[in-house]
Amino acid sequence: MDALPLLEPARAAQLAAEFGLKPDEYDRALAILGRQPTLCELGIFSVMWSEHCSYKSSRVWLKQLPTKAPWVLVGPGENAGVISIGDGLAAVFKMESHNHPSFIEPYNGAATGVGGILRDVFTMGARPIANLNALRFGDPALPRTRQILDGVVRGIGGYGNCVGVPTVGGEVNFHPAYNGNPLVNAMTVGVLREDRIFTAAATGVGNPVVYVGSKTGRDGIHGATMSSTEFSADSEEKRPTVQIGDPFAEKLLIEACLELMATDAIVAIQDMGAAGLTSSSVEMAGKGGMGIALEMDAVPQRESGMSAYEMMLSESQERMLMVLKPGREELAERIFRKWELDFAVIGRLTDTGRITIRHKGVLEADMELAPLESQAPLYHRPTEETPKQPPLGDVPDPIGIIAALERLVAAPDLCSRRWIWDQYDAQVGGQTSKRPGQADAAIVRVEESVEQGGAIALAITTDCTPRYVQADPEEGGRQAVAEAWRNITATGALPRAITDNMNFGNPEKPRIMGQFAAAVRGMAAACIALDFPVVSGNVSLYNETEGRAILPTPAIGGVGVIADVAKAVGLALPDGCELVLVGETDGHLGQSLWLREVAGREDGPPPPVDLAAERRNGELVRGLILDGTVLACHDCADGGLLVAVAEMCMASGVGATLSAVSGHGFWFGEDQARYVLATREPEAVLAAARAAHVPAMRLGHSGGGDLVVPGAGSISVARLRDLNEATLPAMMQGY
Amino acid sequence: MKAAIVTFPGTNRERDMAIALRRASGQRPQMVWHREDALPAGLDLVVLPGGFSYGDYLRCGAMAAQSPIMAAVRAFAARGGHVLGVCNGFQMLCEAQLLPGALLRNASLRFLAMDCTMRVERADLAFTRHFRQGQEFRATMAHGDGNWFGDDDTTAMLEGEGRVVFRYADANLNGSRNAIAGICSANGRVLGLMPHPENCVDPLVGGEEGLPLFTSLAESLAAA
Repeated sequence: MDALPLLEPARAAQLAAEFGLKPDEYDRALAILGRQPTLCELGIFSVMWSEHCSYKSSRVWLKQLPTKAPWVLVGPGENAGVISIGDGLAAVFKMESHNHPSFIEPYNGAATGVGGILRDVFTMGARPIANLNALRFGDPALPRTRQILDGVVRGIGGYGNCVGVPTVGGEVNFHPAYNGNPLVNAMTVGVLREDRIFTAAATGVGNPVVYVGSKTGRDGIHGATMSSTEFSADSEEKRPTVQIGDPFAEKLLIEACLELMATDAIVAIQDMGAAGLTSSSVEMAGKGGMGIALEMDAVPQRESGMSAYEMMLSESQERMLMVLKPGREELAERIFRKWELDFAVIGRLTDTGRITIRHKGVLEADMELAPLESQAPLYHRPTEETPKQPPLGDVPDPIGIIAALERLVAAPDLCSRRWIWDQYDAQVGGQTSKRPGQADAAIVRVEESVEQGGAIALAITTDCTPRYVQADPEEGGRQAVAEAWRNITATGALPRAITDNMNFGNPEKPRIMGQFAAAVRGMAAACIALDFPVVSGNVSLYNETEGRAILPTPAIGGVGVIADVAKAVGLALPDGCELVLVGETDGHLGQSLWLREVAGREDGPPPPVDLAAERRNGELVRGLILDGTVLACHDCADGGLLVAVAEMCMASGVGATLSAVSGHGFWFGEDQARYVLATREPEAVLAAARAAHVPAMRLGHSGGGDLVVPGAGSISVARLRDLNEATLPAMMQGY
Repeated sequence: MKAAIVTFPGTNRERDMAIALRRASGQRPQMVWHREDALPAGLDLVVLPGGFSYGDYLRCGAMAAQSPIMAAVRAFAARGGHVLGVCNGFQMLCEAQLLPGALLRNASLRFLAMDCTMRVERADLAFTRHFRQGQEFRATMAHGDGNWFGDDDTTAMLEGEGRVVFRYADANLNGSRNAIAGICSANGRVLGLMPHPENCVDPLVGGEEGLPLFTSLAESLAAA
């Protein structure tokens, strides 16, 4: 046996600490090896056991989430989840965070976030058809917030526009809790045939392990470890751990992989994401119960003099690892050369159950694969419940209904996102039916369905209301899932499954771990009640800077299906319609945007979510959309009922005269499970609601150029639009 | 109409273009890889589609203009063939000197992805005969470098010879000289424009205001 370049004990212990391994984790690694580690082996342990790769703090909780349904083809554990959508087709999707890199280097942090999630989806064999992004930034008054926003938006656009995948939706919130720790969560949806799903489990002793894509450099070494610690004042020194994105290489990689996937050459495929070559090779061989022998001299390298350790830990972008069937190397190489990408056989599958890494004639690592997963650390960290917020009590209206509406439509959390989406190509691909601002969820038709004579479309949304989660993590978790379900329902589509992106603070703090546990509990309840299982996800912990945690943000990416794209509705209010409100209105002002923006308070409990009512109301609304009774629909969310109506007016330019006389609780309360419907058959809507035991009431009618609120006054739609459109451009002036 | 779409590394609107051509003509266009040195025989139309050829890492379209296939495209144009370049394709046509001027960075220095309104300045071309002269129509645009620039003489020549085919009608968002959105060659058979009419050919996805461009071509070139 070759002599391994083992580290001296003192040096090894010191490096283990630097790489983020806790002392007990390091002891466990030594026990697995039965000797001192090499540098390369120590690097592998530290990244595989990082929070980012091992989910060691979150795994015990995530198990509570429902992941199965008859339409779920692939659940969590693969690169992305897969659901059946009809016509023999399937949708593949996942959402992933790139929070830490986006704070350190906004443009490239966000760009590579998009690149990484795209790879997770096309790795499965799917052509990506839509990107979304859920963004959270700090106080908009701070120059640093604007600088980060500008960089993140440019980065997302720069990458997504170039690869030619439309960016069709997302969400943006601002709150000082994100000052030192913005959230950039990117979601990709792809489509493939149900019988052409590719996975990562590698099989076949002797099969070639092939590296394709861009060359390996020293960028991003220990990126996964960086994402698993809190931030401090010197975090900007970590800029070299942020990777640089090359969307052109990604575009070539998409086309080359899809071309190769159309053949029968591939046994298994995995992208090199976090922890790069380490996680991809360990996971592929581990999932297949195989061993793997890697020859690092064969790895395409961008820089000279790289060590095996550096190559194994590099997070250079736009790279994939594949296992091919024997004898298919030539076919595969021809395709990758055509697309001007690197192609190299860098190893073979073995039957040893071990990973061996050779470089320049030296055996740099020789370790068992199974314990990396089976003995990975798993923490049952202590949790502490968030105390319930006391009831809000009466809050008087200080400024009146119309003045409050003016303030709300211009508020950073509710103002038009046009400044952002005008930088994202939402149309490329030619299948975008409802783009940002047109409907509660983006609607993207499936080209493969059209080719077969069908008209299937996907409805896609991202949602979370972090202030609710902060006030009551369980209720907030329920609400995030329910709102995603509601936004899809409001287009007429049937919500099918979600991906979750759990952004929280330091899990070693019981309060934070308690937020996580409660949010998962709430999400699980909503997923079960709404038949809306989790098929993929990502956890981002340690979102703290200088000890201050972000608002807990379990971002939900929801996907629904509508069989006929022509039946999907948007939110733009047509002229000459009656408005009907579906759902119960209690006037719940706790944690509402009215409370924060008008009364200057951030307290009270969040609105409760009644999951049975949610389902009942939603199924009624969906039925009325699909049978053509409802012409436009918008859910009541941030800002409440009057903001929802105002948004419908602004989307079309048509005014509305409301009939209800009521106070600020009625107009701005954020009660859940509510929709505003525009219809020419109000009696039919009310009758259907009665039959379904769903509360519904006439709200008024559309027409004219003003929004008229009885007893409160009126405001022109033009004025509403001016207020709504002015905020972001003014904020971003000069950037 | 027999059409071919030339694809380059980084092209990303070739499928959109194929859908539009097929919708108008009923025929699937042929895809031609940029490494080819000849076009298929008997073509009526060559399209250079949108995208980010070579990542736009050099000037947009500059690398693509040097591709092997471009010699064949030049020869096709010289023989009086019809060539359509959209967005990155327009940039390539300028870089290949099949059309005059250059496309600079948008005046706002930002990527612009939004609807725009174009006015038809020439409704007598094979590309535009299904539009009315002076008609205004909505199209989508998506580019970082769509700010057309020509020197005084070039601009005056294009205006004088009636070679401005499309002009931005309401807002000139990218800052193009004379609000120029699309121009043609002296014989009217090579057309370049920045906005994407191919994304406006279906009422269910994006509207169909751009469809007349493709039906014009299908009718004009059907019997050719």
